[in-house]
Amino acid sequence: MTVSPMTDMAADRAVATRSFMPGNAWALVRRGLVYLMLSVAAFISVFPFFWMIVGATNSSAEIIKGKASFGDALFTNAATFFTQVDALRVFWNSGFIAVVATALTLVISSLAGYGFEMFRSRIRERIFSLLLLLLSIPFAAMMVPLFVMFAQAKLVNTYVAVILPTVASIFIIFYFRQATKAFPSELRDAAKIDGLKEWQIFLFVYMPVMRSTYAAATIIIFMTNWNNYLWPLIVLQTAENKTITLILSALTSAYTPDYGMLLFGTVLATLPTLVIFFLLQRRFVEGMLGAVK
Amino acid sequence: MAQARLDRREQITGWAFIAPALVLLGLFMIYPIVWSLWMSFQVGKGMNLSFGGFTNIMRLTKDTVFLRALGNTFTFFIIQVPIMITLALLFAVALNDATLKFRGLFRTAIFLPCVTSLIAYSTLFKSMFATDGVVNQALMAIHAISGPISWFGDPFWAKVVVIIAITWRWTGYNMIFYLAALQNIDRSIYEAARIDGVPAWARFRYLTIPMLKPVILFTTVISTIGTLQLFDEVYNFTAGTGGPSDSTLTLSLYIYNLTFKFMPSFGYSATVSWVIVIVVAILSFLQFLVARDRRVKP
Repeated sequence: MTVSPMTDMAADRAVATRSFMPGNAWALVRRGLVYLMLSVAAFISVFPFFWMIVGATNSSAEIIKGKASFGDALFTNAATFFTQVDALRVFWNSGFIAVVATALTLVISSLAGYGFEMFRSRIRERIFSLLLLLLSIPFAAMMVPLFVMFAQAKLVNTYVAVILPTVASIFIIFYFRQATKAFPSELRDAAKIDGLKEWQIFLFVYMPVMRSTYAAATIIIFMTNWNNYLWPLIVLQTAENKTITLILSALTSAYTPDYGMLLFGTVLATLPTLVIFFLLQRRFVEGMLGAVK
Repeated sequence: MAQARLDRREQITGWAFIAPALVLLGLFMIYPIVWSLWMSFQVGKGMNLSFGGFTNIMRLTKDTVFLRALGNTFTFFIIQVPIMITLALLFAVALNDATLKFRGLFRTAIFLPCVTSLIAYSTLFKSMFATDGVVNQALMAIHAISGPISWFGDPFWAKVVVIIAITWRWTGYNMIFYLAALQNIDRSIYEAARIDGVPAWARFRYLTIPMLKPVILFTTVISTIGTLQLFDEVYNFTAGTGGPSDSTLTLSLYIYNLTFKFMPSFGYSATVSWVIVIVVAILSFLQFLVARDRRVKP
Protein backbone atom coordinates (compact mmCIF):
# COMPACT_ATOMS: atom_id res chain seq x y z
CA MET A 1 0.00 0.00 0.00
CA THR A 2 1.35 3.42 -0.87
CA VAL A 3 0.67 5.20 2.34
CA SER A 4 2.79 8.05 3.44
CA PRO A 5 3.51 8.46 7.13
CA MET A 6 2.01 11.27 9.09
CA THR A 7 3.79 13.11 11.85
CA ASP A 8 4.32 16.67 12.90
CA MET A 9 5.96 18.88 10.36
CA ALA A 10 9.48 19.03 11.76
CA ALA A 11 9.79 15.28 12.10
CA ASP A 12 8.31 14.86 8.65
CA ARG A 13 10.87 17.13 7.17
CA ALA A 14 13.67 15.23 8.84
CA VAL A 15 12.30 12.00 7.41
CA ALA A 16 11.86 13.55 3.99
CA THR A 17 15.46 14.68 3.91
CA ARG A 18 16.54 11.27 5.02
CA SER A 19 14.44 9.55 2.39
CA PHE A 20 16.09 11.42 -0.43
CA MET A 21 19.48 10.36 0.70
CA PRO A 22 21.15 7.65 -1.38
CA GLY A 23 20.51 4.18 -0.06
CA ASN A 24 16.96 4.94 0.96
CA ALA A 25 15.59 3.89 -2.41
CA TRP A 26 12.43 2.30 -1.07
CA ALA A 27 11.21 5.55 0.49
CA LEU A 28 11.91 7.28 -2.78
CA VAL A 29 9.93 4.72 -4.74
CA ARG A 30 7.08 4.98 -2.28
CA ARG A 31 7.06 8.72 -2.56
CA GLY A 32 7.01 8.40 -6.34
CA LEU A 33 4.05 6.06 -6.16
CA VAL A 34 2.12 8.51 -3.97
CA TYR A 35 2.71 11.28 -6.49
CA LEU A 36 1.73 8.98 -9.33
CA MET A 37 -1.49 7.95 -7.59
CA LEU A 38 -2.45 11.53 -6.77
CA SER A 39 -1.58 12.74 -10.26
CA VAL A 40 -3.74 10.08 -11.88
CA ALA A 41 -6.59 10.87 -9.49
CA ALA A 42 -6.26 14.60 -10.13
CA PHE A 43 -6.16 14.04 -13.88
CA ILE A 44 -9.28 11.87 -13.86
CA SER A 45 -11.03 14.37 -11.60
CA VAL A 46 -10.24 17.37 -13.77
CA PHE A 47 -10.40 15.85 -17.26
CA PRO A 48 -14.23 15.94 -17.55
CA PHE A 49 -14.11 19.69 -16.80
CA PHE A 50 -11.62 20.14 -19.62
CA TRP A 51 -13.82 17.94 -21.78
CA MET A 52 -16.85 20.05 -20.94
CA ILE A 53 -15.14 23.30 -21.94
CA VAL A 54 -13.63 21.81 -25.11
CA GLY A 55 -16.98 20.20 -25.92
CA ALA A 56 -18.73 23.55 -25.77
CA THR A 57 -16.61 24.60 -28.75
CA ASN A 58 -17.24 21.50 -30.84
CA SER A 59 -20.20 20.21 -32.81
CA SER A 60 -22.23 17.30 -31.49
CA ALA A 61 -20.83 14.96 -34.15
CA GLU A 62 -17.26 15.86 -33.18
CA ILE A 63 -17.98 15.33 -29.48
CA ILE A 64 -19.33 11.81 -29.82
CA LYS A 65 -16.36 11.00 -32.04
CA GLY A 66 -14.16 11.95 -29.07
CA LYS A 67 -12.51 15.11 -30.42
CA ALA A 68 -10.52 16.49 -27.47
CA SER A 69 -9.25 19.74 -28.95
CA PHE A 70 -10.87 23.15 -29.26
CA GLY A 71 -13.15 23.60 -32.26
CA ASP A 72 -14.99 26.51 -33.81
CA ALA A 73 -18.60 25.66 -33.01
CA LEU A 74 -18.82 27.74 -29.82
CA PHE A 75 -21.06 30.41 -31.32
CA THR A 76 -23.25 27.88 -33.09
CA ASN A 77 -23.69 26.00 -29.82
CA ALA A 78 -24.44 29.21 -27.95
CA ALA A 79 -26.96 30.26 -30.59
CA THR A 80 -28.70 26.87 -30.49
CA PHE A 81 -28.76 26.93 -26.70
CA PHE A 82 -30.21 30.43 -26.47
CA THR A 83 -32.90 29.73 -29.09
CA GLN A 84 -33.99 26.48 -27.44
CA VAL A 85 -33.77 27.69 -23.86
CA ASP A 86 -35.19 30.85 -22.33
CA ALA A 87 -31.87 31.22 -20.51
CA LEU A 88 -32.64 34.39 -18.56
CA ARG A 89 -35.80 32.89 -17.15
CA VAL A 90 -34.28 29.50 -16.42
CA PHE A 91 -31.24 30.93 -14.62
CA TRP A 92 -33.45 33.33 -12.71
CA ASN A 93 -35.51 30.35 -11.51
CA SER A 94 -32.42 28.40 -10.46
CA GLY A 95 -30.76 31.42 -8.87
CA PHE A 96 -33.81 32.61 -6.99
CA ILE A 97 -34.57 29.16 -5.61
CA ALA A 98 -30.95 28.47 -4.63
CA VAL A 99 -30.33 31.88 -3.01
CA VAL A 100 -33.58 32.01 -1.03
CA ALA A 101 -33.29 28.37 0.04
CA THR A 102 -29.66 28.85 1.10
CA ALA A 103 -30.43 31.97 3.16
CA LEU A 104 -33.40 30.33 4.89
CA THR A 105 -31.54 27.07 5.53
CA LEU A 106 -28.55 28.92 7.01
CA VAL A 107 -30.74 30.86 9.44
CA ILE A 108 -33.11 28.09 10.49
CA SER A 109 -30.55 25.29 10.71
CA SER A 110 -27.87 27.34 12.50
CA LEU A 111 -30.45 28.55 15.03
CA ALA A 112 -31.39 24.95 15.69
CA GLY A 113 -27.78 23.70 15.85
CA TYR A 114 -26.94 26.47 18.32
CA GLY A 115 -30.08 25.81 20.33
CA PHE A 116 -29.46 22.08 20.62
CA GLU A 117 -25.86 22.58 21.74
CA MET A 118 -26.18 25.60 24.03
CA PHE A 119 -29.42 24.74 25.81
CA ARG A 120 -29.22 21.06 26.51
CA SER A 121 -32.09 19.30 28.17
CA ARG A 122 -33.14 15.70 28.25
CA ILE A 123 -36.14 16.19 25.94
CA ARG A 124 -34.15 18.14 23.38
CA GLU A 125 -31.40 15.50 23.39
CA ARG A 126 -34.07 12.89 22.67
CA ILE A 127 -35.45 14.97 19.83
CA PHE A 128 -31.96 15.38 18.43
CA SER A 129 -31.37 11.61 18.45
CA LEU A 130 -34.71 11.13 16.72
CA LEU A 131 -33.64 13.63 14.03
CA LEU A 132 -30.39 11.72 13.47
CA LEU A 133 -32.45 8.58 12.95
CA LEU A 134 -34.66 10.41 10.44
CA LEU A 135 -31.51 11.40 8.54
CA SER A 136 -31.35 7.86 7.23
CA ILE A 137 -34.86 7.87 5.77
CA PRO A 138 -34.54 8.35 2.02
CA PHE A 139 -36.36 11.11 0.21
CA ALA A 140 -38.25 8.53 -1.85
CA ALA A 141 -40.19 7.56 1.27
CA MET A 142 -41.70 11.01 1.66
CA MET A 143 -41.93 12.27 -1.88
CA VAL A 144 -45.35 10.88 -2.70
CA PRO A 145 -47.18 12.30 0.36
CA LEU A 146 -45.18 15.51 0.02
CA PHE A 147 -46.41 15.87 -3.55
CA VAL A 148 -50.00 15.16 -2.51
CA MET A 149 -49.69 17.76 0.30
CA PHE A 150 -48.53 20.47 -2.07
CA ALA A 151 -51.13 19.45 -4.63
CA GLN A 152 -53.90 19.81 -2.02
CA ALA A 153 -52.51 23.18 -0.94
CA LYS A 154 -52.57 24.21 -4.65
CA LEU A 155 -48.87 25.04 -4.45
CA VAL A 156 -47.61 22.69 -7.14
CA ASN A 157 -45.52 24.52 -9.75
CA THR A 158 -44.43 27.30 -7.35
CA TYR A 159 -41.07 28.32 -5.93
CA VAL A 160 -42.53 27.86 -2.44
CA ALA A 161 -43.09 24.17 -3.08
CA VAL A 162 -39.48 23.70 -4.20
CA ILE A 163 -37.94 25.67 -1.33
CA LEU A 164 -40.00 24.90 1.78
CA PRO A 165 -39.25 21.17 2.24
CA THR A 166 -35.50 21.78 1.96
CA VAL A 167 -34.94 24.58 4.49
CA ALA A 168 -34.89 22.57 7.71
CA SER A 169 -31.99 20.28 6.87
CA ILE A 170 -31.10 17.73 9.54
CA PHE A 171 -27.65 17.32 8.06
CA ILE A 172 -26.95 21.06 8.33
CA ILE A 173 -28.42 21.22 11.87
CA PHE A 174 -26.09 18.39 12.83
CA TYR A 175 -23.19 20.19 11.15
CA PHE A 176 -23.88 23.43 13.05
CA ARG A 177 -24.26 21.60 16.35
CA GLN A 178 -20.88 19.92 15.86
CA ALA A 179 -19.28 23.25 14.97
CA THR A 180 -20.88 25.00 17.95
CA LYS A 181 -18.96 22.67 20.27
CA ALA A 182 -15.85 24.66 19.28
CA PHE A 183 -17.51 28.03 20.02
CA PRO A 184 -15.71 29.49 23.07
CA SER A 185 -18.20 29.65 25.92
CA GLU A 186 -16.28 32.53 27.54
CA LEU A 187 -17.48 34.72 24.68
CA ARG A 188 -21.06 33.92 25.52
CA ASP A 189 -20.50 34.46 29.23
CA ALA A 190 -18.79 37.79 28.59
CA ALA A 191 -21.61 38.92 26.32
CA LYS A 192 -24.14 37.95 28.99
CA ILE A 193 -22.31 40.02 31.58
CA ASP A 194 -22.41 42.91 29.13
CA GLY A 195 -26.18 42.55 29.19
CA LEU A 196 -26.75 41.10 25.72
CA LYS A 197 -29.92 39.10 25.21
CA GLU A 198 -29.72 35.56 23.82
CA TRP A 199 -30.76 36.58 20.31
CA GLN A 200 -28.25 39.40 20.36
CA ILE A 201 -25.49 37.00 21.38
CA PHE A 202 -26.43 34.77 18.47
CA LEU A 203 -26.60 37.62 15.99
CA PHE A 204 -23.63 39.76 17.07
CA VAL A 205 -21.24 37.27 18.67
CA TYR A 206 -21.93 33.76 17.39
CA MET A 207 -22.54 34.51 13.72
CA PRO A 208 -19.40 36.65 13.18
CA VAL A 209 -17.18 34.23 15.13
CA MET A 210 -18.49 31.23 13.20
CA ARG A 211 -18.13 32.74 9.75
CA SER A 212 -15.98 29.85 8.48
CA THR A 213 -18.68 27.43 9.49
CA TYR A 214 -21.27 29.56 7.71
CA ALA A 215 -19.08 29.71 4.62
CA ALA A 216 -18.70 25.94 4.45
CA ALA A 217 -22.41 25.48 5.04
CA THR A 218 -23.18 28.05 2.33
CA ILE A 219 -21.19 26.06 -0.21
CA ILE A 220 -22.88 22.80 0.72
CA ILE A 221 -26.43 24.22 0.83
CA PHE A 222 -26.11 26.35 -2.29
CA MET A 223 -24.75 23.41 -4.29
CA THR A 224 -27.44 21.09 -3.01
CA ASN A 225 -30.17 23.50 -4.01
CA TRP A 226 -28.70 24.64 -7.29
CA ASN A 227 -28.18 21.01 -8.26
CA ASN A 228 -31.36 19.61 -6.75
CA TYR A 229 -33.22 17.49 -9.25
CA LEU A 230 -35.79 14.95 -8.13
CA TRP A 231 -38.06 17.19 -6.06
CA PRO A 232 -38.06 20.10 -8.57
CA LEU A 233 -38.70 17.53 -11.30
CA ILE A 234 -41.83 16.50 -9.46
CA VAL A 235 -43.23 19.89 -8.43
CA LEU A 236 -42.17 22.21 -11.25
CA GLN A 237 -44.33 21.38 -14.19
CA THR A 238 -44.44 24.23 -16.65
CA ALA A 239 -41.47 25.25 -18.75
CA GLU A 240 -41.34 28.83 -17.47
CA ASN A 241 -40.77 27.66 -13.89
CA LYS A 242 -38.15 25.03 -14.55
CA THR A 243 -34.57 25.25 -13.29
CA ILE A 244 -31.45 24.84 -15.42
CA THR A 245 -30.93 21.32 -14.05
CA LEU A 246 -34.38 20.25 -15.27
CA ILE A 247 -33.91 21.88 -18.67
CA LEU A 248 -30.49 20.25 -19.19
CA SER A 249 -31.90 16.88 -18.27
CA ALA A 250 -34.81 17.29 -20.67
CA LEU A 251 -32.43 18.24 -23.48
CA THR A 252 -30.17 15.26 -22.70
CA SER A 253 -33.15 12.92 -22.97
CA ALA A 254 -33.73 13.90 -26.61
CA TYR A 255 -33.47 10.99 -29.03
CA THR A 256 -30.38 12.48 -30.65
CA PRO A 257 -29.04 14.99 -28.12
CA ASP A 258 -27.11 17.97 -29.47
CA TYR A 259 -24.03 17.55 -27.26
CA GLY A 260 -22.35 20.76 -28.40
CA MET A 261 -25.28 22.82 -27.24
CA LEU A 262 -25.70 20.64 -24.14
CA LEU A 263 -22.09 20.98 -23.02
CA PHE A 264 -22.35 24.73 -23.57
CA GLY A 265 -25.36 24.67 -21.23
CA THR A 266 -23.49 22.48 -18.79
CA VAL A 267 -20.66 25.01 -18.60
CA LEU A 268 -23.20 27.74 -17.81
CA ALA A 269 -24.92 25.56 -15.21
CA THR A 270 -21.66 24.65 -13.48
CA LEU A 271 -20.20 28.17 -13.40
CA PRO A 272 -22.12 29.50 -10.37
CA THR A 273 -21.16 26.59 -8.11
CA LEU A 274 -17.57 26.72 -9.34
CA VAL A 275 -17.32 30.44 -8.62
CA ILE A 276 -18.83 30.06 -5.13
CA PHE A 277 -16.49 27.18 -4.43
CA PHE A 278 -13.36 29.07 -5.41
CA LEU A 279 -14.47 32.22 -3.58
CA LEU A 280 -15.14 30.40 -0.33
CA GLN A 281 -12.65 27.56 -0.68
CA ARG A 282 -10.29 28.54 2.12
CA ARG A 283 -13.12 29.14 4.54
CA PHE A 284 -14.69 25.89 3.39
CA VAL A 285 -11.72 23.83 4.49
CA GLU A 286 -11.53 25.69 7.83
CA GLY A 287 -15.24 25.19 8.35
CA MET A 288 -15.08 21.48 7.64
CA LEU A 289 -12.15 21.10 10.03
CA GLY A 290 -14.10 22.87 12.73
CA ALA A 291 -17.12 20.65 12.30
CA VAL A 292 -15.34 17.33 12.53
CA LYS A 293 -13.41 18.24 15.70
CA MET B 1 -21.64 25.37 30.28
CA ALA B 2 -24.34 22.84 29.69
CA GLN B 3 -23.74 21.00 32.92
CA ALA B 4 -25.41 23.73 34.90
CA ARG B 5 -29.16 23.26 35.09
CA LEU B 6 -31.03 25.60 32.87
CA ASP B 7 -33.47 27.98 34.48
CA ARG B 8 -36.98 28.47 33.19
CA ARG B 9 -36.08 31.34 30.93
CA GLU B 10 -33.22 29.43 29.37
CA GLN B 11 -35.51 26.47 28.80
CA ILE B 12 -37.87 28.69 26.84
CA THR B 13 -34.97 30.23 24.89
CA GLY B 14 -33.75 26.74 24.04
CA TRP B 15 -37.10 25.81 22.57
CA ALA B 16 -37.32 29.12 20.73
CA PHE B 17 -34.03 28.49 18.94
CA ILE B 18 -35.04 25.08 17.65
CA ALA B 19 -38.76 25.77 17.11
CA PRO B 20 -38.65 26.96 13.48
CA ALA B 21 -36.66 23.90 12.41
CA LEU B 22 -38.91 21.54 14.37
CA VAL B 23 -42.10 22.97 12.88
CA LEU B 24 -40.73 22.65 9.34
CA LEU B 25 -39.34 19.16 9.92
CA GLY B 26 -42.60 18.04 11.44
CA LEU B 27 -44.62 19.37 8.55
CA PHE B 28 -42.39 18.41 5.62
CA MET B 29 -40.65 15.34 6.91
CA ILE B 30 -42.25 13.54 9.84
CA TYR B 31 -45.83 14.00 8.66
CA PRO B 32 -45.08 12.76 5.09
CA ILE B 33 -43.10 9.80 6.45
CA VAL B 34 -45.95 8.69 8.71
CA TRP B 35 -48.42 9.28 5.89
CA SER B 36 -46.38 7.21 3.46
CA LEU B 37 -46.21 4.37 5.98
CA TRP B 38 -50.02 4.50 6.12
CA MET B 39 -50.22 4.79 2.34
CA SER B 40 -48.10 1.70 1.86
CA PHE B 41 -50.97 -0.41 3.17
CA GLN B 42 -53.48 1.09 0.76
CA VAL B 43 -54.49 -0.01 -2.72
CA GLY B 44 -56.18 1.77 -5.61
CA LYS B 45 -55.47 4.12 -8.48
CA GLY B 46 -54.70 7.81 -8.04
CA MET B 47 -56.26 9.22 -4.88
CA ASN B 48 -59.01 6.57 -4.71
CA LEU B 49 -57.31 4.55 -2.04
CA SER B 50 -58.70 1.93 0.27
CA PHE B 51 -57.12 -0.21 2.94
CA GLY B 52 -55.52 -3.28 1.39
CA GLY B 53 -53.71 -4.89 4.30
CA PHE B 54 -50.74 -6.86 3.03
CA THR B 55 -51.80 -6.77 -0.65
CA ASN B 56 -48.92 -4.47 -1.59
CA ILE B 57 -46.36 -6.56 0.24
CA MET B 58 -47.60 -9.67 -1.59
CA ARG B 59 -47.37 -7.75 -4.85
CA LEU B 60 -43.73 -6.94 -4.09
CA THR B 61 -42.73 -10.59 -3.96
CA LYS B 62 -44.24 -11.25 -7.40
CA ASP B 63 -43.08 -8.05 -9.06
CA THR B 64 -40.09 -9.05 -11.21
CA VAL B 65 -39.35 -5.42 -12.15
CA PHE B 66 -39.14 -4.52 -8.47
CA LEU B 67 -36.87 -7.48 -7.76
CA ARG B 68 -34.60 -6.46 -10.61
CA ALA B 69 -34.47 -2.85 -9.34
CA LEU B 70 -33.64 -4.16 -5.87
CA GLY B 71 -30.89 -6.35 -7.30
CA ASN B 72 -29.42 -3.49 -9.35
CA THR B 73 -29.46 -1.14 -6.38
CA PHE B 74 -27.66 -3.76 -4.31
CA THR B 75 -25.07 -4.32 -7.03
CA PHE B 76 -24.33 -0.61 -7.18
CA PHE B 77 -24.09 -0.43 -3.41
CA ILE B 78 -21.91 -3.51 -2.84
CA ILE B 79 -19.39 -2.58 -5.52
CA GLN B 80 -19.35 1.19 -5.47
CA VAL B 81 -19.28 2.09 -1.76
CA PRO B 82 -16.18 0.03 -0.83
CA ILE B 83 -14.23 1.25 -3.87
CA MET B 84 -15.06 4.85 -3.13
CA ILE B 85 -14.35 4.68 0.61
CA THR B 86 -11.00 2.97 0.00
CA LEU B 87 -9.93 5.52 -2.61
CA ALA B 88 -11.05 8.43 -0.46
CA LEU B 89 -9.07 7.08 2.51
CA LEU B 90 -5.94 6.53 0.41
CA PHE B 91 -6.08 10.04 -1.03
CA ALA B 92 -6.74 11.59 2.37
CA VAL B 93 -3.84 9.80 4.04
CA ALA B 94 -1.51 10.71 1.17
CA LEU B 95 -2.61 14.35 1.25
CA ASN B 96 -2.23 14.60 5.01
CA ASP B 97 1.55 14.34 4.62
CA ALA B 98 2.87 17.83 5.29
CA THR B 99 6.00 17.29 3.18
CA LEU B 100 4.00 16.55 0.07
CA LYS B 101 4.32 19.16 -2.67
CA PHE B 102 1.24 20.59 -4.42
CA ARG B 103 -1.06 19.39 -1.63
CA GLY B 104 -3.54 22.20 -2.12
CA LEU B 105 -3.60 21.62 -5.85
CA PHE B 106 -4.21 17.88 -5.52
CA ARG B 107 -6.87 18.42 -2.86
CA THR B 108 -8.75 20.98 -4.92
CA ALA B 109 -8.53 18.85 -8.06
CA ILE B 110 -9.87 15.73 -6.37
CA PHE B 111 -12.64 17.66 -4.64
CA LEU B 112 -13.65 19.54 -7.79
CA PRO B 113 -16.15 16.93 -9.15
CA CYS B 114 -18.40 17.69 -6.16
CA VAL B 115 -19.30 21.11 -7.50
CA THR B 116 -20.97 19.68 -10.58
CA SER B 117 -24.66 18.97 -10.52
CA LEU B 118 -25.64 15.34 -10.86
CA ILE B 119 -27.37 16.23 -14.09
CA ALA B 120 -24.46 18.22 -15.52
CA TYR B 121 -21.96 15.50 -14.89
CA SER B 122 -24.19 12.72 -16.15
CA THR B 123 -24.58 14.66 -19.40
CA LEU B 124 -20.78 14.94 -19.52
CA PHE B 125 -20.30 11.24 -18.90
CA LYS B 126 -22.95 10.33 -21.44
CA SER B 127 -21.00 12.21 -24.10
CA MET B 128 -17.61 10.86 -22.98
CA PHE B 129 -18.84 7.26 -23.00
CA ALA B 130 -20.45 7.48 -26.46
CA THR B 131 -19.58 4.46 -28.60
CA ASP B 132 -17.10 6.43 -30.71
CA GLY B 133 -16.34 8.70 -27.79
CA VAL B 134 -13.22 9.81 -26.01
CA VAL B 135 -13.14 6.99 -23.43
CA ASN B 136 -13.30 4.21 -25.99
CA GLN B 137 -10.68 5.96 -28.11
CA ALA B 138 -8.35 6.32 -25.14
CA LEU B 139 -8.84 2.66 -24.18
CA MET B 140 -8.17 1.55 -27.74
CA ALA B 141 -5.11 3.78 -27.96
CA ILE B 142 -3.54 2.01 -25.00
CA HIS B 143 -4.74 -1.34 -26.39
CA ALA B 144 -6.88 -2.09 -23.33
CA ILE B 145 -9.73 -3.08 -25.68
CA SER B 146 -9.67 -4.12 -29.31
CA GLY B 147 -12.99 -2.63 -30.39
CA PRO B 148 -15.27 0.06 -28.96
CA ILE B 149 -17.52 -0.90 -26.04
CA SER B 150 -21.19 -0.06 -26.39
CA TRP B 151 -21.34 1.44 -22.88
CA PHE B 152 -25.02 2.25 -22.78
CA GLY B 153 -26.17 -0.59 -25.00
CA ASP B 154 -24.89 -3.41 -22.85
CA PRO B 155 -26.46 -4.25 -19.47
CA PHE B 156 -23.10 -4.99 -17.86
CA TRP B 157 -21.19 -1.94 -19.15
CA ALA B 158 -24.13 0.36 -18.44
CA LYS B 159 -23.78 -0.58 -14.77
CA VAL B 160 -20.03 -0.06 -14.96
CA VAL B 161 -20.50 3.49 -16.28
CA VAL B 162 -22.92 4.27 -13.45
CA ILE B 163 -20.39 3.01 -10.89
CA ILE B 164 -17.51 4.94 -12.47
CA ALA B 165 -19.64 8.06 -12.62
CA ILE B 166 -20.73 8.00 -8.97
CA THR B 167 -17.21 7.22 -7.82
CA TRP B 168 -15.90 10.17 -9.82
CA ARG B 169 -18.49 12.49 -8.32
CA TRP B 170 -18.27 11.51 -4.64
CA THR B 171 -14.71 10.32 -3.80
CA GLY B 172 -13.43 13.85 -3.17
CA TYR B 173 -16.41 14.62 -0.99
CA ASN B 174 -15.66 11.70 1.32
CA MET B 175 -11.96 12.49 1.22
CA ILE B 176 -12.61 15.92 2.77
CA PHE B 177 -14.23 14.27 5.80
CA TYR B 178 -11.20 12.02 6.30
CA LEU B 179 -8.74 14.86 5.80
CA ALA B 180 -10.55 16.92 8.38
CA ALA B 181 -10.53 14.03 10.84
CA LEU B 182 -6.86 13.21 10.19
CA GLN B 183 -5.83 16.76 11.06
CA ASN B 184 -7.30 16.29 14.51
CA ILE B 185 -5.36 13.15 15.31
CA ASP B 186 -2.59 13.73 17.81
CA ARG B 187 0.55 13.41 15.73
CA SER B 188 2.76 12.36 18.65
CA ILE B 189 1.07 8.94 18.53
CA TYR B 190 2.50 8.42 15.05
CA GLU B 191 5.86 9.70 16.12
CA ALA B 192 5.97 7.19 18.98
CA ALA B 193 4.97 4.36 16.65
CA ARG B 194 7.57 5.38 14.13
CA ILE B 195 10.32 5.50 16.74
CA ASP B 196 9.24 2.03 17.86
CA GLY B 197 9.83 0.89 14.27
CA VAL B 198 6.20 0.26 13.30
CA PRO B 199 6.13 0.17 9.47
CA ALA B 200 3.92 2.56 7.51
CA TRP B 201 1.29 0.01 6.51
CA ALA B 202 0.91 -1.13 10.11
CA ARG B 203 0.55 2.46 11.29
CA PHE B 204 -2.19 2.83 8.69
CA ARG B 205 -3.91 -0.39 9.63
CA TYR B 206 -3.64 -0.21 13.43
CA LEU B 207 -3.55 3.54 14.09
CA THR B 208 -5.19 5.46 11.28
CA ILE B 209 -8.12 3.14 10.57
CA PRO B 210 -9.18 2.69 14.22
CA MET B 211 -8.90 6.41 14.92
CA LEU B 212 -10.86 7.32 11.83
CA LYS B 213 -13.48 4.69 12.57
CA PRO B 214 -16.28 7.08 13.58
CA VAL B 215 -15.79 9.15 10.42
CA ILE B 216 -15.51 6.05 8.24
CA LEU B 217 -18.73 4.78 9.74
CA PHE B 218 -20.42 8.14 9.19
CA THR B 219 -19.36 8.38 5.54
CA THR B 220 -20.21 4.74 4.89
CA VAL B 221 -23.73 5.22 6.23
CA ILE B 222 -24.16 8.47 4.27
CA SER B 223 -22.84 6.81 1.08
CA THR B 224 -25.09 3.80 1.61
CA ILE B 225 -28.12 6.04 1.88
CA GLY B 226 -26.99 7.97 -1.18
CA THR B 227 -26.38 4.90 -3.30
CA LEU B 228 -29.68 3.31 -2.33
CA GLN B 229 -31.41 6.51 -3.40
CA LEU B 230 -29.61 6.62 -6.74
CA PHE B 231 -31.83 8.43 -9.21
CA ASP B 232 -30.48 11.47 -11.09
CA GLU B 233 -27.65 9.72 -12.91
CA VAL B 234 -29.57 6.70 -14.16
CA TYR B 235 -32.58 8.85 -15.03
CA ASN B 236 -30.38 11.08 -17.13
CA PHE B 237 -28.26 8.33 -18.72
CA THR B 238 -31.29 6.39 -19.89
CA ALA B 239 -33.91 9.11 -20.41
CA GLY B 240 -35.85 7.73 -17.46
CA THR B 241 -36.11 4.12 -18.61
CA GLY B 242 -33.37 2.49 -16.50
CA GLY B 243 -32.32 0.52 -19.57
CA PRO B 244 -30.95 -1.37 -21.35
CA SER B 245 -33.51 -3.99 -20.36
CA ASP B 246 -33.90 -2.58 -16.83
CA SER B 247 -30.19 -3.15 -16.08
CA THR B 248 -29.77 0.28 -14.49
CA LEU B 249 -33.25 0.59 -13.01
CA THR B 250 -32.90 1.62 -9.37
CA LEU B 251 -35.51 1.55 -6.62
CA SER B 252 -35.91 5.34 -6.62
CA LEU B 253 -36.36 5.38 -10.39
CA TYR B 254 -38.94 2.62 -10.12
CA ILE B 255 -40.83 4.56 -7.43
CA TYR B 256 -40.77 7.65 -9.62
CA ASN B 257 -42.09 5.69 -12.58
CA LEU B 258 -44.78 4.03 -10.47
CA THR B 259 -45.94 7.39 -9.16
CA PHE B 260 -45.61 9.76 -12.07
CA LYS B 261 -45.18 7.72 -15.26
CA PHE B 262 -47.41 4.68 -15.06
CA MET B 263 -51.00 4.65 -13.79
CA PRO B 264 -50.33 6.35 -10.47
CA SER B 265 -50.48 3.81 -7.70
CA PHE B 266 -49.45 5.85 -4.68
CA GLY B 267 -50.01 3.00 -2.25
CA TYR B 268 -47.73 0.56 -3.99
CA SER B 269 -44.98 3.11 -4.65
CA ALA B 270 -45.07 4.00 -0.95
CA THR B 271 -44.56 0.30 -0.17
CA VAL B 272 -41.52 0.19 -2.46
CA SER B 273 -40.11 3.30 -0.79
CA TRP B 274 -40.39 1.63 2.59
CA VAL B 275 -38.30 -1.21 1.24
CA ILE B 276 -35.49 1.35 0.89
CA VAL B 277 -36.08 2.55 4.45
CA ILE B 278 -35.87 -1.00 5.78
CA VAL B 279 -32.79 -1.86 3.72
CA VAL B 280 -31.04 1.32 4.86
CA ALA B 281 -31.94 0.55 8.48
CA ILE B 282 -30.60 -3.01 8.24
CA LEU B 283 -27.40 -1.96 6.47
CA SER B 284 -26.70 0.90 8.87
CA PHE B 285 -27.22 -1.48 11.77
CA LEU B 286 -24.82 -4.02 10.22
CA GLN B 287 -22.24 -1.31 9.63
CA PHE B 288 -22.47 -0.29 13.28
CA LEU B 289 -21.94 -3.91 14.27
CA VAL B 290 -18.91 -4.32 12.01
CA ALA B 291 -17.43 -1.07 13.30
CA ARG B 292 -17.88 -2.27 16.88
CA ASP B 293 -16.38 -5.70 16.16
CA ARG B 294 -13.21 -4.14 14.88
CA ARG B 295 -12.47 -2.67 18.27
CA VAL B 296 -12.35 -6.14 19.86
CA LYS B 297 -9.70 -7.35 17.43
CA PRO B 298 -6.10 -6.16 17.98
